[in-house]
Amino acid sequence: MTELEFEALRAFLKARSGLALSPDKRYLVESRLTSVCTRFKIESLSRLVWEIKSGRSSALENATIEAMTTNETFFFRDKAPFDLFQDVLLPRYIKERATSRRLRIWCAAASTGQEPYSLAMLLKEAAARMPGWQIDIVATDISNEVLEKARVGVYNQFEVQRGLPIRLMVKYFTQKGEQWQIAPEIRSMVDFRYLNLIEDFSRLGQFDIVYCRNVLIYFDTPTKANVLRRIAQLMPADGSLVLGASETILGITDTLTLDSAYRGLYGKSASGTGTTRPALAGIR
Amino acid sequence: MTYCLIVDDSRTIRKVSRDIVESLSLEVAEAENGAAGLAACQVRMPDIVLLDWNMPVMDGYSFLKELRKRPGGETPKVVFCTTENDMDHITRALEAGADEYIMKPFDKVILAAKFRELGLLSETCSV
Ligand SMILES: C[S@@+](CC[C@H](N)C(=O)[O-])C[C@H]1O[C@@H](n2cnc3c(N)ncnc32)[C@H](O)[C@@H]1O
Repeated sequence: MTELEFEALRAFLKARSGLALSPDKRYLVESRLTSVCTRFKIESLSRLVWEIKSGRSSALENATIEAMTTNETFFFRDKAPFDLFQDVLLPRYIKERATSRRLRIWCAAASTGQEPYSLAMLLKEAAARMPGWQIDIVATDISNEVLEKARVGVYNQFEVQRGLPIRLMVKYFTQKGEQWQIAPEIRSMVDFRYLNLIEDFSRLGQFDIVYCRNVLIYFDTPTKANVLRRIAQLMPADGSLVLGASETILGITDTLTLDSAYRGLYGKSASGTGTTRPALAGIR
Repeated sequence: MTYCLIVDDSRTIRKVSRDIVESLSLEVAEAENGAAGLAACQVRMPDIVLLDWNMPVMDGYSFLKELRKRPGGETPKVVFCTTENDMDHITRALEAGADEYIMKPFDKVILAAKFRELGLLSETCSV
């Protein structure tokens, strides 16, 4: 693959999935796309870039985008965001939505499903406090491959031991040989859908709670700002956004504000106008 | 310092577990069966016990039942770490008072995840 071809690939990935690959990530492209070449019987990475540029195969384009995503996730990842859900967000919305008895939750980069299923289990545990409520959990991702696994809800021994409390495993999983399958009652709580965050997602409707964790890290600042602004637009005035442990909105957008009491929790700015701060406008 | 007692009849497993637990900045002691484990608890009650199931002299299940009857024996977090990887064993362990359960084979990632969940690791521990 020549320097120009690598550049073309980077531009393609940036435009289509938001992935901002730095120029030193050539090795990553090579290690991840070799299997795509094999699958599509393409003899070299150069050829693959050429095929993509010709725009002839959307299957190849999608496979390339998917192969470049990082799908690492696990149940109750980082613990704190789930304690936050159970101890702060749920009690808050049980009170705030007592009349409508409706709660909508969005996992914006759900990968293989551990994050939305963790939330679903916590909701199930709280079911006695929410009789007659209508609860939607929408879980989206750009990769159909991970969504397929998420929908099936079968995990290996390593996956169920990484963060999932044993009591919840006993309660909500059944053993299938070496594998563990999530209970239908939990699986049916989550609606998995394909969605590309850099495209319009306004049709999803409003969400009281949005978990958008460990995906913005792959985007450049203008893309982050753009996605965050559009997420804020789907939140009601008292909506909540939870980001990943290493993510921040600082210097990126003023449509959201950090909740000073809880790390990783953001609310909608009272003054949020839906545009970036004037001082930062230049980077858009 | 958080103090962890490893009860396992396999010297190899004890060594592997000790290395992992020490790398998480916990203090470690070892015992080779349930009876030796109870004796160690008598000397100093651990904060956490990493417990094998099948062992000669006294197995992990009997150890746990006995431990929970003793004064102060309700405080340690007990984590089974065993090749008994079926729902039956897991349920029995929980009913007997286990706090967590690790199915072998395990590694540092799993052990750290379980310890974190039990509140035994600081938030900043990066595993
Ligand atoms: C590291 S995983 C995070 C999973 C989960 N949120 C967590 O924190 O454990 C990142 C996910 O973002 C998805 N992703 C990457 N770019 C995306 C985009 N443009 N739109 C939607 N999802 C995207 C990837 O496919 C991947 O599954």
